[in-house]
Amino acid sequence: MSVTPETPGDLSRRTLLRRAAAAGLLVTPAAGLLSACAGSEPSKSTGAGGTKSKDNPFGVKDGSAVKVVIFNGGLGDQWAKEDKVVFNAKHPNITVNMSSTQKIKTEEQPKMATQPSDLVMNSGADMMDRSTLINEGAIEPLDDLLTAPAWDSEGTVADTLLPGTVGDGTQNGKFYVVNVAYTVWGNWYNAALFKKEGWQAPTTWDEFFALAPKIKAKGMAPYVHDAVHGYYPRWALMASIWKTAGKQVVVDIDNLKENAWKADGVLKALEPWEKLVKDKLLLPGKLDHTQSQQAWLDGKAAFIQVGTWLKNEMAATIPPGFEMTLSDYWSNADDKAPKDVFAASGEGFVVPSKAPNKEAAKEFLRAILSKAGSAKFAELTKSLASTKGSGDNVQDTALASANTLMKNGGSELISVKFQDFYADLDKESQNLSEELMAGRLTAAQFIDKMQAAADKVAKDSSIKKQTRTA
Amino acid sequence: MRHGVARFVTGFLALPVALYLLYVVWPFAQAAGYSLTDWGGYSDSQRFVGLDNYVRLFSDELIRKAFWHNVFFLITVPLFTIALALFLAFLLNVGGREDRAGIRGVFGSSIYKVIFFFPQVLSLVVIAVMWQQIYRTDGQGLINGLLIKIGLVGADNPIAFTADPEPFLGIPAVLWWLLLIAVWSGAGFYMVLFSAAMQSIPKDIYEAAILDGAGRFHTFFRVTLPLLRETISVAWVYLGFIALDMYALVFVMTPSQGGPNHASEIFASVLNFTAFQKGQFGYACAMGVALAIFTILLAAAQLRITRRERIEF
Repeated sequence: MSVTPETPGDLSRRTLLRRAAAAGLLVTPAAGLLSACAGSEPSKSTGAGGTKSKDNPFGVKDGSAVKVVIFNGGLGDQWAKEDKVVFNAKHPNITVNMSSTQKIKTEEQPKMATQPSDLVMNSGADMMDRSTLINEGAIEPLDDLLTAPAWDSEGTVADTLLPGTVGDGTQNGKFYVVNVAYTVWGNWYNAALFKKEGWQAPTTWDEFFALAPKIKAKGMAPYVHDAVHGYYPRWALMASIWKTAGKQVVVDIDNLKENAWKADGVLKALEPWEKLVKDKLLLPGKLDHTQSQQAWLDGKAAFIQVGTWLKNEMAATIPPGFEMTLSDYWSNADDKAPKDVFAASGEGFVVPSKAPNKEAAKEFLRAILSKAGSAKFAELTKSLASTKGSGDNVQDTALASANTLMKNGGSELISVKFQDFYADLDKESQNLSEELMAGRLTAAQFIDKMQAAADKVAKDSSIKKQTRTA
Repeated sequence: MRHGVARFVTGFLALPVALYLLYVVWPFAQAAGYSLTDWGGYSDSQRFVGLDNYVRLFSDELIRKAFWHNVFFLITVPLFTIALALFLAFLLNVGGREDRAGIRGVFGSSIYKVIFFFPQVLSLVVIAVMWQQIYRTDGQGLINGLLIKIGLVGADNPIAFTADPEPFLGIPAVLWWLLLIAVWSGAGFYMVLFSAAMQSIPKDIYEAAILDGAGRFHTFFRVTLPLLRETISVAWVYLGFIALDMYALVFVMTPSQGGPNHASEIFASVLNFTAFQKGQFGYACAMGVALAIFTILLAAAQLRITRRERIEF
C-alpha cells in the first residue's frame, strides 16, 4: 500500500495547536477528544431501504446523503470531483457532501466511534493506522463491493481491478481497503538530458557505478532521495531486497520469521546502497521530498527514486523540455527476481463501521472505480488508477514509461507489508533506512538492527500479529 | 456575608465553575481513567488493566530516552532564555551610560526592545517555517548558503542541523539546534517581563550603588538580580512548562517527528506516536498522566525552593 506525502509547510496553526495540546501538558483537549469517543450507541443507517437493482446493487435510498472525505495530497482532489459527476449522473437524488483535507487522522479519528463520515480516503502522512482500524472493528469489510456489478463495463467490480489491488486491501481474509490509485516506483531520470549527453540509462548497479563518474564530471550528483521521510529510502531498500534475495525472503520478513533479515541475499542487496553513500554519489544535504524533487528538476542530480505521483506533485515547476522517465530499480547480475517491478495499489478508501450511509459509500466507490471515473483520474493526476486500462488514452512520458515498465515486468509485483502490520516496525525501518542512507550505519549493521526490531515486535504480546500468505 | 450577596456571587460563579468542571476537570479525570485501560482509540470497547500501563512506562526504553531529552530542555531552556533575557533587559534599562538624566539603557534601546520582542508576535508555524529555511540543509539554506559562500563550510558537507544526531557535549546536535530556536523565540517576552520588573526598582538604589563605586557588573549581581528574584522564579516555572512540552518544534522541525533515529524524541512525541500511530490510547493516557504529575511536582518544588521574604519598595 502506498502513501503519497503531503506537501510540507501547510501545517495549519489550528492543527498544530490541537496536536500540541493533545500530546503535551494540556491533557485537557486530548481527554475531551477521548471522552467524545467512548460509550456511544451504534448509529442507525440512513441510507438503506432503496430497491436493489443492477444499477443500485446496495439498495441506496433515493434522497439520502453521503459524506465523502478526500485526501488532498500529491494527487490533488479534482479527480474526486469528477467522480461526483459520474455518481450523480446515475443517482441524481443522492446528495454527495465532499470535503478534502490533508489531516485525515486529526479530523476523522475523533469521529470514528460516534459519527464518522461515510467514506474516508485514508492516506497521507496523517493517516489512521490500518491494522488498528481493523483490529478495533472500526471499518467495514467490503467483500460485497467486489462481487457487485461494475459501474459501466461487463462483469463484477473485482474483474475491473489491476492485479494486486484486492490483495493489497485484504487483511485477515477480508477485503477492507479500496485502493484507487496504482503506483509504480523506481529511479527517475530526465530522458532529454540523457539523450543530449549520450548517456544510457542503467538497468544494473554495475552500469550505474560505471556511469556515475561521467555524471559527476558534469557537476551533477548521480543520485538524490528524500532524507527526511524514512519511507522513501525504505521503498528502494525493500525493492532491492526483493530483487536480489527473492520474494520468499520479504514474505518471511513480513511474517517476523526468525532471522528473516539475515537470509542469504539481503546483505548483497543492500551493499550497493552502502557503496552509493560511501562513494559520495548522493547530493549533499538532507532534503525533504519536494526539496529533493526540485533539486532533481533543477538538474542538480541525475536520478531520484520515488513513485508515479511525482509528475502531479511537481507539475507547477517542471522545466520545459524535461522528459520525466521512470526506470526500474537497479539489479545485480545474479539476482533472483531482477525483473519484478515495485508497484502497488494505493490511496485507500475505507468505510467506517458506524457510518450512517454505508450503502451510498459503497455505491460511490463503484463510481470511483468506473471506466469513466478511472480515465478522468489518470488524465488529471498523470498516475494510473487501480482499474485496468485507465491510462490508455493519456499522452505523457511519465505515465507511458510507467506503463512500459509494468508491461516488461516479471511475473510478480514487489510488495512489502510489515509497515502496514506493525507501527513500531514501520517507525524503526524508516529511521534505520535514513541512517543507512546517511552513512551512519553499514548494510550489515542495518540488518542487525532491523532483526532486533523485528524480534522485539515478535516478542511483544501487546501487539496483535498478522500473517502474509502471498 | 449577607444572604443576598452570597446568592449574587454564586450566580456569577456557577457558570464558569460548571464549564471548568465539564471541560477541564472531567476530561482530566477521564484521561486518568483511560490510563487504566487498554483502549485502542477507535472503538468503544476497552478492558481494565489496572496499573499495567504505568509499570510498562518504567521499562520502556524509548520513554526513558525521551525523558532525558525533556530533562535536557528543562535545564537548558530556562537557563539560556532567562540569562539572555536578563542580559538584554539590563542593557536596555540600566546598562547605558549614566549622566545627568540618571540611569538609562544603551543608545537606541527602544528600537532594540521592539526587535527582540518580535518573535513573540509571530505564530509558531511562521517561526517553524522560517527556521526551516534558515536551517535548510543545502546551499539554499540561509546559514549554509552564507557559510558555503565565505568558505567556512564545504559545499559537499553542509551542516545537517535538525537532521544531525551526532552528539555535541554528549547531547545530540539536533537538540541544540532546537534549543536555539526555543531560546530565540522566548527571550523577547521575558526581556519585556524583566524590563518591567527592573523599571519598578527605584532609580535611587542604582544611583546609590554607582556613588559607592559599583560598576555595571556589581550593580547587576548585587542590586538587579536579588531584586528580580520573584519575577525570575515565576519565569523559571513558565519556561519549565514550555521545556516539558517542546512538541511543536520537534513535530515540525525534525525528521520523522523525533528523529533522526529517535535522537530528538521527547515525551510528547512518544505519546503522540503511541496514541495515534500504534493505537494504544490507554498507554498514551498513562504517559500524559505521568507527565502531568511530574510537571505539578516540579512546579511545586520550584516555587518552594525559591520562596523568600518579599522586599517592598
